[in-house]
Amino acid sequence: MSNTQAATSEKPVFYLTEEHHPENSTNLGFWIYLMSDCLMFAVLFATYAVLGRSYAAGPSPADLFDLKLVAINTAMLLFSSITYGFAMLRMEKGDKSGTLMWLGITGLFGLAFLGIELYEFYHLIHEGATPQRSAFLSAFFTLVGTHGLHVTFGCIWLVTLMVQVAKFGLIEENRRRLMCLSMFWHFLDVIWIGVFSLVYLVGVLG
Amino acid sequence: MFTNTNLMEFIFGRLSWNSLAFTHDPIILATFVVVVLGGGAVVGAITYFRLWGYLWNEWFTSVDHKKIGIMYVILSLVMLMRGFADAVMMRAQQAIAFGENQGYLPPHHYDQIFTAHGVIMIFFFAMPLVTGIMNYVVPLQIGARDVSFPFLNNFSFWMTTAGAVIIMMSLFVGEFARTGWLAYPPLSGADYSPGVGVDYYIWGLQVAGVGTTLSGINLIATIVKMRAPGMTMMKMPIFTWTSLCTNVLIVASFPILTATLVLLTLDRYVGTNFFTNDLGGNPMMYVNLIWIWGHPEVYILILPAFGIFSEIVSTFSGKRLFGYASMVYATVVITILSYIVWLHHFFTMGSGASVNAFFGITTMIISIPTGAKIFNWLFTMYRGRIRYEVPMYWTIGFMVTFVIGGMTGVMLAIPPADFVLHNSLFLIAHFHNVIIGGVVFGLLAGINFWYPKAFGYRLDPFWGKMSFWFWLTGFYFAFMPLYVLGLMGVTRRVNHFEDSSLQIWFIIAAFGAFLIALGIASFVIQLVVSFFKREQLRDTTGDPWNGRTLEWSTSSPPPEYNFAFTPVVYDHDGWYDMKNSGYVRPLEGFKPIHMPKNTGTGVILSAFSVTLAFGLIWYMWWLAALSFLAILVVSIAHTFNYKRDYYIQAETVIATENARTKQLAEQA
Amino acid sequence: MSSHPHAPAHESAHNTHHGHSHGHEAAHGSFKSYMTGFILSVILTAIPFWLVMGDVLESRALTVGIIIIFGGVQMVVHMIYFLHMNTKSEGGWTMLAMIFTIIIVVIMLAGSMWVMHHLNTNMMPMSPEMMKNMP
Repeated sequence: MSNTQAATSEKPVFYLTEEHHPENSTNLGFWIYLMSDCLMFAVLFATYAVLGRSYAAGPSPADLFDLKLVAINTAMLLFSSITYGFAMLRMEKGDKSGTLMWLGITGLFGLAFLGIELYEFYHLIHEGATPQRSAFLSAFFTLVGTHGLHVTFGCIWLVTLMVQVAKFGLIEENRRRLMCLSMFWHFLDVIWIGVFSLVYLVGVLG
Repeated sequence: MFTNTNLMEFIFGRLSWNSLAFTHDPIILATFVVVVLGGGAVVGAITYFRLWGYLWNEWFTSVDHKKIGIMYVILSLVMLMRGFADAVMMRAQQAIAFGENQGYLPPHHYDQIFTAHGVIMIFFFAMPLVTGIMNYVVPLQIGARDVSFPFLNNFSFWMTTAGAVIIMMSLFVGEFARTGWLAYPPLSGADYSPGVGVDYYIWGLQVAGVGTTLSGINLIATIVKMRAPGMTMMKMPIFTWTSLCTNVLIVASFPILTATLVLLTLDRYVGTNFFTNDLGGNPMMYVNLIWIWGHPEVYILILPAFGIFSEIVSTFSGKRLFGYASMVYATVVITILSYIVWLHHFFTMGSGASVNAFFGITTMIISIPTGAKIFNWLFTMYRGRIRYEVPMYWTIGFMVTFVIGGMTGVMLAIPPADFVLHNSLFLIAHFHNVIIGGVVFGLLAGINFWYPKAFGYRLDPFWGKMSFWFWLTGFYFAFMPLYVLGLMGVTRRVNHFEDSSLQIWFIIAAFGAFLIALGIASFVIQLVVSFFKREQLRDTTGDPWNGRTLEWSTSSPPPEYNFAFTPVVYDHDGWYDMKNSGYVRPLEGFKPIHMPKNTGTGVILSAFSVTLAFGLIWYMWWLAALSFLAILVVSIAHTFNYKRDYYIQAETVIATENARTKQLAEQA
Repeated sequence: MSSHPHAPAHESAHNTHHGHSHGHEAAHGSFKSYMTGFILSVILTAIPFWLVMGDVLESRALTVGIIIIFGGVQMVVHMIYFLHMNTKSEGGWTMLAMIFTIIIVVIMLAGSMWVMHHLNTNMMPMSPEMMKNMP
């Protein structure tokens, strides 16, 4: 044992006398949550991939999907992504009202997206293409609807955060929360890329 | 216009006086009476001794990972009693129900029992026990003061409890699923299971699943971010490593279960056609999806047990773990391989030779890292100075038993053999062999190993050994006959037999179950006896087993803040290294310690989750809607609370540490 | 026992793990990077939509291939420019988590399709046309 000390020339330090501050885990934790959410979507995508052609003598994507509407919807989500980015840039500058303004615009784009999606669903159901009609429609409504539900919760969270930023300012906690919502929002974008590519575009091709 | 029936239907949904199961089943009535009397006694005692405030302030709302860990373990042991009662009932039924004798359980009841047994043992006994032990031990092993997200930890626990409450409710109000523990459609679909049983199953698992997933995220973040300085990945204690892999598996597999159950829910509630027989639905897809979750799930259970055994073997052999690095790599390899073997659960469904061959081979491959671990433990023991304490008994029992289970597993991995053995009692014997011989033995070893850390006194070794021998012999008596019966072609989940030549095997199995009951009783006696002999069994050193990892450097039980000073680590046997390199316990320079505050939000949210699930199960839509709204409002309100932590004053720390100094001095 | 190099381990421990308390240096991106991401996304979205809506290519397989490739590229663009993924953030753990997730997703998607295709073929032999029209 004396060898050890001779070798290292001093007694090893076995504890810190200073306060130890581990790094904040929120970003990593939230990222792991997003990854788990991603797997939930993966199940829905897998289900769509397997059942998406079981039309049960009912309508097929080519009969149903209105790509113009989907293009507009995609644009809404893309715009909301960049405006959220602008909100984050204002936050970095410490500009509270600028942050709030861009967050508000992001929320409006989010609501527009939801509105268009609801219109699409209403339209489909009105035509008799209900989720109960065939396995394809079940899988379609569930996948797209789950994404829509996520956007809905994103909007609720966004409003909550706007109130909190307005009330308490851009404090450390709020900045962290804005960062988490930013990850959530952009993550939903990534999922939507999968949806419009695999469900709508490839679907219409037949 | 609302007629009276409409109004009743609006308020109570499907619920009626007839739904109360004890009104027409004497067995359930008896259970109900016992539960009411027992529950009443417990509630009365708590009220009489004025313990509600203490429980609420010190335990229910606590964000301390140690207390949450202990609560998880208590939950799991309570659920073990329920799950084991189911097992005994099944064994008794099968031992007598031959020929003329129909036994005492009609199929309707028997089917609920085997479903409940599986669901409870996996989700509400094994899972909470694993999570509880990880919760307690991991932060201590990595030198942290708590987990990354203490509130989330409390919330996770209460969601798991809420799931358990929902499952238990089905015993008295309505019925449970009669579908087997994985609820395969179309049997679990609305057409063939129109009652509330499958809905209890679904919502119980969904609510508990939220807790499980969040606690997985929490522990990953904790292990990644909160390790003591110097503890690089390859210097983490092996139990922390297996916990990390377990939690990775949890986070990467429970969402799959959640999503799959959502699809089943939609089929049942909305009338979609995912797993139906018509309109393009495909029940085989459910089986495919649920096993993508299901196979990792069994590794979620066994990996922490492997970690516990590794710690115990190394501690009680007085040696460094043989092949630490290979152990880590084996664990990581198992983690990944567990995702490409799922089809071996349904070889017989007919995917053909190429698919079956692929999954058969991957299944055999996964036994290689597991075998490597067995050799690591053996070589750790080799030339070690082994102390035969109770945890070591369990470990040796495990090594023998688990190898048998592993070998029958490899047999089942051969697709042609599986076509013979599938759905037979051979399969039942196999997975009980690995789950009891592996998981249960591991967790009981872990309880015996870490109990002195948690409560400050060791568990009585005599009753511990009694428990071990009853469990071990009971296991062999209960399940070896099932191997035999399985090879004869007897299928599972049957509640009556015609061929009376089989009866003797079932009687032997029932005797085994009786022995296991004695094992469980011995365990309970062990807890009680140890409590009364606690002064005699007291651990004043904090290190009763001459341990090797950081948790043994604290007092038993550890102070609220775990470590007054954050330790610095140089080796994966950090504490052993400290003891042998002239570590001197710091006696001064204490500072105030930053800690998270308790909160009742977790309890409230889980209570509303129970009412939400109840509303959904019984079609009481107003209750479901209100509960959902309440959950939303409480969650949002919770985020408006920014003052979530406080400081433990330096004086408190000094007082606590001085008391320990005194205790250690008396010891010397 | 004398083989533990105590002092150097402590040094590196301090450098890698301890010290930075709150200010995480995660990149938040700049106006330029957000705009780059946005413009790339617009292009990568517009082309597949144009291919399908304008019925540009003869070959269906080629169109599907392009859609999938563009979708994949756009996901990467979002990851880099909007989610600020890189190998260094959070000590590489976010990247590791993502790679692991992608592996599982690929296993699940490819595995399910493979398994279910074989099950369908063996258990319920039907042509795609029959599938479409089966009640």
